[in-house]
Amino acid sequence: MIRKQRKKQSAKISARSSLRVDIWLMRHLQVALASLGRLVRTPLSTLMTTLVIGIALALPSGLYLLLNNAEALSGNWDGAASISLFLTQETSDKQAHELANKLRLDPAILQIQVIERSVALEEFRQLSGFADVLESLKENPLPSLIIVEPQPEHAEPAPAEILLSRLKKIKEVDFAQLDLEWVRRFHAITEIAQRGVLILASLLGLSVLLIVGNTIRLEIQNRHAEIEITKLIGGTNAFIRRPFLYNGAWYGLFGGISAWLMVSISLLLLDNPVARLAGLYQSGFELSGADLATLGVLLGGSTLLGLTGSWIAVGRHLNEIEPT
Amino acid sequence: MIHFDNVTKRYPGGHEGLSNVSFHIEPGEMVFLTGHSGAGKSTLLKLIGLLERSTRGQVRVAGRNLTRLSRSQIPYHRREVGMIFQDHRLLYDRTVFDNVAMPLVVAGLGHLEIGRRVRAALDKVGLLSKERDLPVTLSGGEQQRVGIARAVVSKPPVVLADEPTGNLDPALSREIMSLFEQFNEVGVTLLIATHDLDLISRMDRRILVLEKSRLARDSASEGAC
Repeated sequence: MIRKQRKKQSAKISARSSLRVDIWLMRHLQVALASLGRLVRTPLSTLMTTLVIGIALALPSGLYLLLNNAEALSGNWDGAASISLFLTQETSDKQAHELANKLRLDPAILQIQVIERSVALEEFRQLSGFADVLESLKENPLPSLIIVEPQPEHAEPAPAEILLSRLKKIKEVDFAQLDLEWVRRFHAITEIAQRGVLILASLLGLSVLLIVGNTIRLEIQNRHAEIEITKLIGGTNAFIRRPFLYNGAWYGLFGGISAWLMVSISLLLLDNPVARLAGLYQSGFELSGADLATLGVLLGGSTLLGLTGSWIAVGRHLNEIEPT
Repeated sequence: MIHFDNVTKRYPGGHEGLSNVSFHIEPGEMVFLTGHSGAGKSTLLKLIGLLERSTRGQVRVAGRNLTRLSRSQIPYHRREVGMIFQDHRLLYDRTVFDNVAMPLVVAGLGHLEIGRRVRAALDKVGLLSKERDLPVTLSGGEQQRVGIARAVVSKPPVVLADEPTGNLDPALSREIMSLFEQFNEVGVTLLIATHDLDLISRMDRRILVLEKSRLARDSASEGAC
């Protein structure tokens, strides 16, 4: 009998504790929705705050995407860390191939491509539109070309330089060119730009913290009486803090979404002109927008910024309000 | 239930709100606290609700030593002390129901339980029909009764009232007092600060009189009660 009662009791207790978790989750959901509702009820001020956050976040994320695109563009040139050997006019196609075969044995060289004089001429004729002019020439003005692609460890600036000077000394070589310099410069520039975007992102992220913090501070002031009374009837600081934290998180999330929209619209506006420019360079390059991972980082980051901003504000100002 | 041992409250600037006050209130007692304004009635209540802390001496409520209670424990203490104010301290952008429900929401009760208890409390103070109204649409007496419902809805063992009838006419005051007596009948310890001497004299309860921050008279020690 007693055992039965005990069993019943413990069952009751466990049911109650699971109920408490339910209540806790329900409370969080309620508070999250309530703070969302509060934001929706003041659409204009919510929209303005959201847009300010959105602009602050759109700047660095837009620049980041542009940089990404530039990187993708330069990625095509990475393989261009090659050395072009223009052979003398006297070198025949046959001699060129012999030289190429010799070079293939060089341990510093990964790949050799020979462009014969006739092939070069044909290519030039097709691409340049000077077919008529070329027709009138008695002999082929173009030299044979050997494109040397160094082994990766020789593609670094210093060893590539050594390889270049070595190749220059070959008798048949009229002129040798290392196509690396401007790629490297481009990389250096993008690196600076990347650093710049990082600095900009930190500063603007800080501004988002301040914007959200200030908005939440005003909200706390507006709800002074409510906070005071809640403290009077035994509301814990966590309880009082909660709606403000959700508020900040919502601001962050909405700001992130609006930033994403701004960036997407901007990219859409840039898409056509970029495609036209790429067309002029006979490139099929296309601007790519934010992928899912980037979007996730943007939205997650902005929510976190909003949450942190409100956390700082709430932490600073909640203790100042004590019932009297 | 409420123990004051040589309690002194000194405010910054040297003014003493309470000087060396000692008394005990047993569980289930209903006690009036009176004295001129500025005599220290509010200070005494604030010490019990931990709105302020004593400078010297010990305050104990329901076995808890308030002098040692940490900041984070204050909310849990306040849940056991219902407080009623002269100015009601209601939230005017929320319905009567929501106002009364606040202590239960804060304590993390479930939806159904909250509804049940709030309606019971509103029924008790005779405002069940006004649960959806906003406090501004109610009269002063009704607002005070909302405040009382909020103070008792979580069934705290101790209820404090600071001039609960301050702005009410005698008939309404009597109504409020009879409410307090009903709570007292079910075992709630009540401490009511008021300067309405007429009302007190008719109630025949223990009276603490404060004068210039000191306890000048305790009717219990005179055997009057």
